[in-house]
Amino acid sequence: MKFIHTAKTAFHGLERNKSRSGLTVLGIVIGITSIILIMSIGQGAEDLILGQIQGLGTRTIAVIPGREPSGPSDVAQIFSDSLKARDLELLKRKENVSGLESIMPIVFGSESVSFEGETYRATIFGGTELATEIFDLAPREGVFISDDDVRGRADVVVIGAKVKEELFGDSDAIGKRVRVKDRSLRVVGVLPTKGQVSFFNFDEAAFMPYTTAQQFIFGIKYFHRFIVEAESEGAILRTVEDLKVTLRESHGITDPDKDDFFVQTQADLASRLSTITSVLTLFLASVAAISLVVGGIGIMNIMLVSVTERTREIGLRKAVGAYRKDILYQFLLEAVLLTGTGGIIGIGLGAALSFLAGLAISQFVGVEWKFSFPVSAVFLGLGVSGFVGLIFGIYPARKAAEKSPIEALRYE
Amino acid sequence: MAFIEAKNLEKVYETEGVRTPALHGVSFSIEKGEFVAVMGASGSGKSTLLHILGFLDRPSGGEYVFNGKRFSDYNDDELADIRNREMGFVFQSFNLLPRTSVLENVMLPLLYSKVKDGEWEARARAAVEAVGLEHRMNHVSSQLSGGEKQRVAIARALVMNPKVIFADEPTGNLDSKSGGVIMEILDDLNRTRGHTIILITHETYTASYAERIIRLHDGIIAEDRKVKERVNGKEGFVK
Repeated sequence: MKFIHTAKTAFHGLERNKSRSGLTVLGIVIGITSIILIMSIGQGAEDLILGQIQGLGTRTIAVIPGREPSGPSDVAQIFSDSLKARDLELLKRKENVSGLESIMPIVFGSESVSFEGETYRATIFGGTELATEIFDLAPREGVFISDDDVRGRADVVVIGAKVKEELFGDSDAIGKRVRVKDRSLRVVGVLPTKGQVSFFNFDEAAFMPYTTAQQFIFGIKYFHRFIVEAESEGAILRTVEDLKVTLRESHGITDPDKDDFFVQTQADLASRLSTITSVLTLFLASVAAISLVVGGIGIMNIMLVSVTERTREIGLRKAVGAYRKDILYQFLLEAVLLTGTGGIIGIGLGAALSFLAGLAISQFVGVEWKFSFPVSAVFLGLGVSGFVGLIFGIYPARKAAEKSPIEALRYE
Repeated sequence: MAFIEAKNLEKVYETEGVRTPALHGVSFSIEKGEFVAVMGASGSGKSTLLHILGFLDRPSGGEYVFNGKRFSDYNDDELADIRNREMGFVFQSFNLLPRTSVLENVMLPLLYSKVKDGEWEARARAAVEAVGLEHRMNHVSSQLSGGEKQRVAIARALVMNPKVIFADEPTGNLDSKSGGVIMEILDDLNRTRGHTIILITHETYTASYAERIIRLHDGIIAEDRKVKERVNGKEGFVK
């Protein structure tokens, strides 16, 4: 029997029982849909995170106080006050860190910002004028903080778009004075809406000279980060080494295992985060794969019922000349057609749902989500669904093929 | 050698260690073009005999030769080929595929044959026309009456132009009028087309269409005789 006729026979077999076939397919549809959805959203999340990190510039290096966390449980950041003003001075020197182009110390924390009875809990961000370059922050109104502001601990602040809206609404903010803790600060600039950049949301930030923030807001003498720009991408490794050596010397550390700081490059961060998202995607996809197994068992169950129900048909086919393998392929193909159809519907549905999910994320979370649909997901979806059909179809198909024509014809 | 030759055929069914003998040494021969009715009460072994004659089941003992072919010389697939090319089957309960058109039902044996698929439809149409159901060609089986269903089954048995047609109680599920039509068709196929017909029945009237009756009783042949007054079916029923 030619393959095409076996396929037609299998198709008619399913067609004769449309609603049952449809319900059987549902299990596979759900399984494939969830796998596609998870893969597509996982890919989108990875693209988004990596995009944001790259948005910070690939030459950016962060020096973070405390010991580098070695695992998820090791969150205690000891020595969190280890980065001092003296370190900043040492790192700025060309003879210590030759590949360094610029360095910005930052301090941050959450504080209430208020204006005429309106209060908003903002992220207080203390830095220097270099933030305009490093974070690509150009104010949409007014000016950014200047070098002089930093040196003079000026009471000036640049506020994010959300902060401006919450405190001032539509009215002008430039020149107005806002209160942070007991300090009165003059608004000199307003940032445009930027959304999330890396880990910072500048829309909800109030940006001021780090000197001001250290002394009047947080009352500390250390820094939360040094953000370093290397001269070039080629200079990153050298710069990282120089930073470490200089800081160890400054802190009197001889054993690198006892470092009270750690250095992170954007590349590190990118690879680490992409590993995390990949592992998460894989994990979720394997959970979804369980539903495929359940769907497959559903197919097997229905196929077994169908084989019993169609005992006469099988007997008749054999009596009029069907080979054992004609029957085997017919029922196997029925199973694969069921799961394959489920796979195709699942791929389409998964793509549509992840597209909608992308729209929803952009809308409600306020990030720029790019819909991404990995081609590998299509092949995976088809491959897996076909495979499920083969695996769970083989047993019923063999049972059908084994039937003897007389047993089958006698069956009542 | 005769067209169909049975020598001392035995069949014993074994289920869960219990041996149930169905045939104890049955011998006869049938020539090409004969119309033979195998009669007997239920349990007499007539269906068992038909299964063996139709290459659907292996005998436990004895020898069976069909058209020079010995059951034991062939594997299952080769037996399927012989059934496909040389034998037609008509069953008491029609065994049509549900929700499938008359034409497609009749085409079924062609699906498993070596006939080129371009010829299938023409051959199936000719077979449907032969049993006078051309006006039902595209109806599905559930829209047909019992008699019509059995005519479709006969068309299906005819479509490969087999040497022999095995009919297992073909009128058993039909009223006498429809049953009569079925017998007219079988009779005509035998007379005008020369198909050998082996009919299993327990009805004397139905058996009287045959030219010879083999009567089984408890697995042995109780009687093997020519029919003296064969019912003379109307000529020209089969087109």
